[in-house]
Amino acid sequence: MADTGTTRIIVDDVSKVFNIRHTHSLKEWIVAKIKGRREATVDRFRALDHVSFSVDHGEAVALLGLNGSGKSTLLKLISGVMNPDDGEILVQGKIAGLIEVGAGFHPDLTGRENVYLNGAILGMSEEDIAARFDEIVAFSEIEEFIDTEVKFYSSGMFLRLAFAVAVHTDPDVFLVDEILAVGDEPFQKKCLARIRELKESGKALVIVSHDLDMVASLCDRGILLKRGKMIHDGDVHEAVALLRGQ
Amino acid sequence: MNTALTPEAMHRPGGGRGLWDALTNRYLLRLLVHKELRVRYRGSVLGMVWSYVKPAVQFAVFYFAVGVFLQMNRAVPNFALYLFSGIVAINFFNEAFGNATRAVVGNTPLVKKIYLPRQLFPVSSVYVAGVHFVPQLVVLVVGAFVVGWRPGPLQLLAGVAGFAIIAVLALGLGLLFGAINVMVRDAENLVDLIAMVVSWTSPVLYHWNHVAEALGTGPGWVIYHLNPLTPAIELFHWCFWAPTNGVDYVQPPGLPVFAALAGVTALIMLLIGEVVFRRLDGRFAQEL
Repeated sequence: MADTGTTRIIVDDVSKVFNIRHTHSLKEWIVAKIKGRREATVDRFRALDHVSFSVDHGEAVALLGLNGSGKSTLLKLISGVMNPDDGEILVQGKIAGLIEVGAGFHPDLTGRENVYLNGAILGMSEEDIAARFDEIVAFSEIEEFIDTEVKFYSSGMFLRLAFAVAVHTDPDVFLVDEILAVGDEPFQKKCLARIRELKESGKALVIVSHDLDMVASLCDRGILLKRGKMIHDGDVHEAVALLRGQ
Repeated sequence: MNTALTPEAMHRPGGGRGLWDALTNRYLLRLLVHKELRVRYRGSVLGMVWSYVKPAVQFAVFYFAVGVFLQMNRAVPNFALYLFSGIVAINFFNEAFGNATRAVVGNTPLVKKIYLPRQLFPVSSVYVAGVHFVPQLVVLVVGAFVVGWRPGPLQLLAGVAGFAIIAVLALGLGLLFGAINVMVRDAENLVDLIAMVVSWTSPVLYHWNHVAEALGTGPGWVIYHLNPLTPAIELFHWCFWAPTNGVDYVQPPGLPVFAALAGVTALIMLLIGEVVFRRLDGRFAQEL
């Protein structure tokens, strides 16, 4: 690796607690409070409990765990969508979060307009997008429909285009949440190849997936979470074995 | 593991310079405005024409109800122009404020999934309202020319100042209520109420003479002018209505002072809005 020794992500003793409120209406809240009903109470739920690790340049880390173990919350904290309640997260360089493919897409815009809008949302400049536009469209393989409104796309076409935009944003830190279930097998292979390429070019990758064999082949390191606590940080195969043994 | 770490380059994800980032990211802002306009008129045959039709109907209704039936026509020369210059101002405020308040909740998928300065959403709403203001302004100017509009440079400047006061005020209130709206959806309803109150407490449908007759020009007059929209609309009247044929314009007492005060109020509102927005910003993703 060219620039070894550069830390891209530091997660330092991070905790996250969710307050689950049962109403979003002021009146309901006051009425419930007066009557002492459950809606007025706030349930607390600890999604992450003192988690610490760091990710280097060119490293691919798999975040593993059962549903509700805090994987997605951790990704959202790293991407900046949410803030930790305790501890600190630091990152270096540009982050792109594929928390969900196509979050910035709008069904009433054409594919072309969505590529520009989503590219800009993910932090690309107008020139960047224009320069990479053909590459993005070629990757998605939907050339003939690029000027059609996205609402007429099949779900596969939609995901392909969204994924194509995301992998062409050229971030330094790439966060991927369960998106490799995109499209048919040839397209999946292409996506995996692209992600390996990103990894080799020195990006830091954090990947959440339930496809254990796939992440084991893609990542070197695995972090296993259980109910918000980190119980393993090391070889990905060990992490997978631990998770399967649970 | 932390060898050769360059701590100066490490930063917290998310937290940027808030409103400043939103205002300077002009490319993304332009795309968001474009998106909002496209989405607004999806499947609509008339499209942007609606932004002419609505104020035209509103104008016609008020003109007959207030001008003809309540006989404001006789009290105020060129009443149609007087009325319309107030209507476009109040419409701009109501649209900017209302849409900005709904902007964050309306962009829930983006707020939850991708980090970007969330101030972009209220700011783009105010921009969209500005785009809708343009055709109304064109109609207003044409109407003014018909009755011999000859504005001086100071009067044109007053029009721009009035617009700026309204834009800043609407953005400030929009940031404030938009952030609160994420926590309790009551903010939306409160906004409609505020919009109704300000349109009737500003001199849109009547002349300031009537207010002075009822309240005098003492403390009541001052309180009436604390509403920043009142001086803003009077600036519009001075710009578009005063320099036309047959108008014997008398400036409302203290207008320059009240206009300056309105500008300051709008800026303070913007500051409060931004501070509250930033405080609540970290909780948006989990509350939506």
